[in-house]
Amino acid sequence: MASYQSLDIKRRSASTSTPPAVRSTGLEVAKLIDVSKCIGCKACQSACLEWNNLREEVGVNTGVYDNPHDLTANSWTLMRFSEWDNPDTGDFEWLIRKDGCMHCADPGCLKACPSPGAIVQYTNGIVDFVSENCIGCAYCVKGCPFNIPRISQVDRKAYKCTLCSDRVAVGQGPACAKACPTAAIMFGTKDDMKEQADRRITDLKSRGFANAGLYDPAGVGGTHVMYVLHHLDKPEIYAGLPKDPQISPLVSAWKGTGKILALGALAFAAVGAFFHHTVVGPNRVSETDEENAADLAEEGARSGPTPETRTL
Amino acid sequence: MAVEIERRPIMVERTEVRRYGASARVNHWITAATFTLLALSGLALFHPSLFFLTDLFGGGSNTRAFHPWLGVVLIASFAILFVRFWSHNLWNRDDTQWVSQIGDVVKGEEERLPELGKYNAGQKMVFWGTALLIVVLFATGLVIWDEYFHGLVSIGTNRLAALVHSLAAIAAILLIIVHVYAGIWVKGSIRGMTEGRVTGGWAWRHHRKWLRQEAKGDGHD
Repeated sequence: MASYQSLDIKRRSASTSTPPAVRSTGLEVAKLIDVSKCIGCKACQSACLEWNNLREEVGVNTGVYDNPHDLTANSWTLMRFSEWDNPDTGDFEWLIRKDGCMHCADPGCLKACPSPGAIVQYTNGIVDFVSENCIGCAYCVKGCPFNIPRISQVDRKAYKCTLCSDRVAVGQGPACAKACPTAAIMFGTKDDMKEQADRRITDLKSRGFANAGLYDPAGVGGTHVMYVLHHLDKPEIYAGLPKDPQISPLVSAWKGTGKILALGALAFAAVGAFFHHTVVGPNRVSETDEENAADLAEEGARSGPTPETRTL
Repeated sequence: MAVEIERRPIMVERTEVRRYGASARVNHWITAATFTLLALSGLALFHPSLFFLTDLFGGGSNTRAFHPWLGVVLIASFAILFVRFWSHNLWNRDDTQWVSQIGDVVKGEEERLPELGKYNAGQKMVFWGTALLIVVLFATGLVIWDEYFHGLVSIGTNRLAALVHSLAAIAAILLIIVHVYAGIWVKGSIRGMTEGRVTGGWAWRHHRKWLRQEAKGDGHD
């Protein structure tokens, strides 16, 4: 997306200054995906491609419904189909999860990004990639705990769901939510979506899904895309949704305070070298050294093959 | 005393010793230039405060694109340098002695140190350290070179590679700071690599064992 939207920025990648927060209302938005109501029609995928004017390549069928087979630089959302035999009930369950950016409150992509302003987090919670600042390094791919960003092979920029930040900026809901025929995708303030989720979870529990719950993982500070799951205790069965996602400690070590220590070490070495010279002075060759060398060369000249010597 | 009066004789006998041939010098400076460009472009993507360095390379995307290719040039150039110099950099007893007297080394009191061959222990540590780090940097750099090696390893391995790449790069830059400073501090060293020759006095003072070999005529680079 472009950086010219009427949304206020809360956090900006690779920036040491904090954006102004005067206009911040603290109102956070969220998309609620009720997996128990999803029928797998892929209207959300079509709406996403249409609104963002993207085209996916025609692929091949490998025997599963997932189409395309993974998120791509064009497909920012994807229905992932999982077949699961419930060992407790003996029922076969068809779990369909709409995968895409979770819009983490603590975004690993933003933390890893080296390019100032290529990834921003708006005050409403949306995490957006600003393409003109993106340099295509794929650090965001390493930073993301959900394996979401994809680098385009055409323009080498990173792409992912924008949560339709351009629509939200003008008071509209995301295209996928608008297209969903069963209202499995809902959009509103985060508080409203949590309330809505509570009602759905109560309903699911009354119908035998004792472990139904809201997926809003605390490890990444909560997300602005949340799932209602019938089996919150086993998120992995939904095509590998991580149970306790968090920014990898490797990424934190790489892009956290470690980098300041590293630069400090370099500065210390350079300044230390300067002052070593200031204190000890240059290590100079003396005339005696030159004379000794000349004597040695003469000895060598007498006793064997001639070394390269000359008299100035 | 404010004024020190030193009397110098007008005629001084001078000797010169050949230290590096033309191809070794070219090889070294290609390696040095490549390393410098790699350090600048790498640091640009390492810390936000240094992102401005990407302007030297024509912007962020170009920096991202050039950096790994510079790495390919570096490892190729360093490999030749390695073949050239490794046999002179084997550790011996004098080197252990040199390390134990590191206090005399930093004070510049070389008359207390053992006579040394072509390289001292510090130079040898820079040589082997740089060699090891360049291999680590190349291997980790390859797997995070997304343009050509995307998906070669898992994202978890990629994260580890990125971290190790950064740490190895910092260590390598530290070694090169030591290397460059040693060249500045020990007067007469730089001309060995720019002109190929050092004065006999320089060799006498810093690498006497090497000078003795050269004087006997059994030295070679």
